[in-house]
Amino acid sequence: MSDTGIGKSVKRREDIRFITGQGRYTDDITQPDQTMAVFLRSPHPRARIVSIDASAALEIPGVVGVYTGKDLSADKIGDIPCGWLVKSADGTDMLVASRPPLAVEWVNFVGETYGIVVAETLAAARAGAEAVVTEFEDLKAVATLADALGGPQIHANVPDNLCFHWELGDGAQTDAAFAAAAHVTTLELTNNRLIPNAMEPRAAVGIYDRSTEEFTLYTTSQNPHLERLILSAFVNLAPEHKLRVISPDVGGGFGSKIFVYPEETAVAWAAKQVGRPVKWTADRSEAFLSDAHGRDHITTAELAMDKDGVFLGFRVRTRANLGAYLSTFASSVPTYLYGTLLAGQYRTPAIHVAVDGVYTNTAPVDAYRGAGRPEATYVIERIVETAARELGVDPAELRRRNFIRPDQFPYQTPVALIYDTGDYEASLDKALKLVDYAGFPERRKASEARGKKRGIGLSCYIEACGLAPSQLAIQLGAGVGLYESGEVRVNPTASVTVFTGSHSHGQGHETTFAQIVSDRLGIPFENVEIVHGDTGRVEFGLGTYGSRSVAVGGSALMKATDKIIVKGKRIAAHMLDAKPEDVDFEEGIFAVRATNRKLTFGEVAFAAYVPANFPEDLEPGLSEKSFYDPKNFTFPAGTHIAEVEIDPETGVVTVAKFVAVDDFGEVINPMIVEGQVHGGIAQGIGQALLEHGVYDGMGQLVTGSFMDYCMPRADDLPNFIVDTTVTACTHNPLGVKGCGEAGAIGSPPAIINAVTDALGIRDIAMPASPERVWRAAQGL
Amino acid sequence: MKVSLTVNERPVEADLPANTLLSDLIRGHLGLTGTHVGCDTSQCGACTVHLNGRAVKSCTILAAQAQGAAVTTIEGIGAPGNLHPMQAAFQDAHGLQCGFCTPGMIMAAIDLVQNAGPLDETKVREGLEGNLCRCTGYHNIVKAVLSAAERL
Repeated sequence: MSDTGIGKSVKRREDIRFITGQGRYTDDITQPDQTMAVFLRSPHPRARIVSIDASAALEIPGVVGVYTGKDLSADKIGDIPCGWLVKSADGTDMLVASRPPLAVEWVNFVGETYGIVVAETLAAARAGAEAVVTEFEDLKAVATLADALGGPQIHANVPDNLCFHWELGDGAQTDAAFAAAAHVTTLELTNNRLIPNAMEPRAAVGIYDRSTEEFTLYTTSQNPHLERLILSAFVNLAPEHKLRVISPDVGGGFGSKIFVYPEETAVAWAAKQVGRPVKWTADRSEAFLSDAHGRDHITTAELAMDKDGVFLGFRVRTRANLGAYLSTFASSVPTYLYGTLLAGQYRTPAIHVAVDGVYTNTAPVDAYRGAGRPEATYVIERIVETAARELGVDPAELRRRNFIRPDQFPYQTPVALIYDTGDYEASLDKALKLVDYAGFPERRKASEARGKKRGIGLSCYIEACGLAPSQLAIQLGAGVGLYESGEVRVNPTASVTVFTGSHSHGQGHETTFAQIVSDRLGIPFENVEIVHGDTGRVEFGLGTYGSRSVAVGGSALMKATDKIIVKGKRIAAHMLDAKPEDVDFEEGIFAVRATNRKLTFGEVAFAAYVPANFPEDLEPGLSEKSFYDPKNFTFPAGTHIAEVEIDPETGVVTVAKFVAVDDFGEVINPMIVEGQVHGGIAQGIGQALLEHGVYDGMGQLVTGSFMDYCMPRADDLPNFIVDTTVTACTHNPLGVKGCGEAGAIGSPPAIINAVTDALGIRDIAMPASPERVWRAAQGL
Repeated sequence: MKVSLTVNERPVEADLPANTLLSDLIRGHLGLTGTHVGCDTSQCGACTVHLNGRAVKSCTILAAQAQGAAVTTIEGIGAPGNLHPMQAAFQDAHGLQCGFCTPGMIMAAIDLVQNAGPLDETKVREGLEGNLCRCTGYHNIVKAVLSAAERL
């Protein structure tokens, strides 16, 4: 095998441009005659717009135009839709609040856009925005999840602010399990609101070409084709063939750049109005206010067990904050990406979950790294750990007793999913060894001798990745299929241009996908170029989120590459005067079986484009594509173990050890996979110990900058001990499962289990900040 | 107001509004877009450049304050085929993912290695406390900096 093939830690080719300052992010793109945009944003959590007077703004030198929601409505620009229709338990559709890109009459969260000021310079646009006089009628807001039901009604069509009441699982069977239980553990949990904070703020450059009537939109999107589809089909910005969306280098997403936002919509629209390119880049304050936030659940969970701690039933009641409007995938996150995961790694036979999705006067809440699965894992792994403590059973042992065993796959859970494969005990054993579980009591003693408290916490997570079988997703309410496209275009000189509908915003697709294709074709890695992120170059795609790129996008490339080999064999057979079925392809050589007649991949590629005497049924050219639709989700799973040391005098929690053992199936590039795990763990530790998006009682965002929102910094984190086990995915051609979110899913409960173990308490709210920990340590 | 300085050893003269930030001069006027701006409170460090050999957050000082100074940006320390050892270490150790924080991180790390004395993991972590990365969890960044410290 070559040193750039599948399974090798190939250095990333995209790094060269990033480390030399040659990356090309949206804000780096400057167009001739470009104007700059600044948005008018609501200072109120909930208000009626009485009047907007832009006359003074239009007098300011350099201001080109001021547009409001009424201008967009007049031009028939539609609402920004939610892409997933969830039904309530009574069969009714969720209640959707209308969300125009620029608010027309009502604003419903601080930072909501209601106008756009376009000017020659950023300074002039800012001055213009300052000069717009808007009169608001300030209304009482619903600031928190706890206040939502029974609070002031935010949207006229949504009584009680209840978007949906969703249920999954068998309630009666679950009730019966509780009736028969020897022991029930109950836990009230809060999953803290997070603000994603990709380091590159969102940005957009809108361009309109009057001669062709075409829009070009450069924007920071994780899925440019979906952006184009929504802006065409729902928002009515332009017909799909007249709109090109380009996501150039994108500086991280973590979910927050999946969604279609008001700003890029308005920027593209405004470019046509002013007849010049319009550029907008969020400053960090805008990002805090207007990027879709994550998590924000309140949950009551109950676990029923028999006398031996075998799980009998699991009941979960969750209230999920959706924010003021439904963002693109908001409704799917606390439902199909949450409730379906509540079996975890366990054989619990009866599960019932009910979720109230509610509106509040806060920024929309949508997918953030893990999206529903971290929330599910937190509920399961916190209650399992708590149950073990109540029963006096070692937490690892209680999990072992309840694991789905390797011989039970494929395993149908009571909450709709069919796990294809796994070996949960293998990951647990490896993690226990790596953390030196047996040596923990000694380490605890050593900490105590220094006046510190030490704790250890486990988390055995599972996630569903590789979204998704289209048929199932559409049945469950998805507005789009969730396949992926891939095209492999062999050039006459045998270099290969690969087009993928996945999008890399840090994941390293330009390297990983080139490894897959070059390995399969037996050609040099350097000869394969990966193109992504441009609807003008890539036929279609559904983008990158939910750890789907390699499992779905990579599989599409495998399928397309297989077609190249089939066509290549036909060409080779013709040239070598053999039958295609007698031609073998290996290591870049087409050879007629049991002969010495052979052709290189390069010779076949060249012949494909110089078809001297091809028969009628053999077309010239060597280019193939595939739309790969997965048969099932993939199910990465593993064990994370955290060991923390707490200074009871200061409340500071130090993560002394963090071990992650993950089963991602086959791995294409181990170095990149480890990097993904590191980053996910950092975000998970951030959630558990540091990060919290907080609105005050009035609905103002209190944590609106890096001064107030505690991002994990280098000195907050340890080195991570990361390893893998492998059970190959049974239903995709690469055997891969996906690795992007595992770190953020597995780590929060491991940390909180360790903190509560150290303090000898039942629960502590995330983030376990020094103040909270100090109070707990002091018994306050 | 008029400002003259050198940027990547090239003399630069510019007539700018007095409130122009150094980061705006670098990105907007000189088109050196390798220096990124990731926040508005001088917290993230993506805009870190060298001013007379020391790392500064270029969003935190006015262009006018760089009068007469020698400024070095990520574009000035190495290029494809001729990488600075710190740049090479970041690639070798997989110390970057999306690349947005990377230029600032590299510029801060070079200053750290050159001026902070002997380094170990803890010192590197403390020394990079002013630079945020959301992708890597810092694990491989620390590895890269320690490895470059041996090469430099």
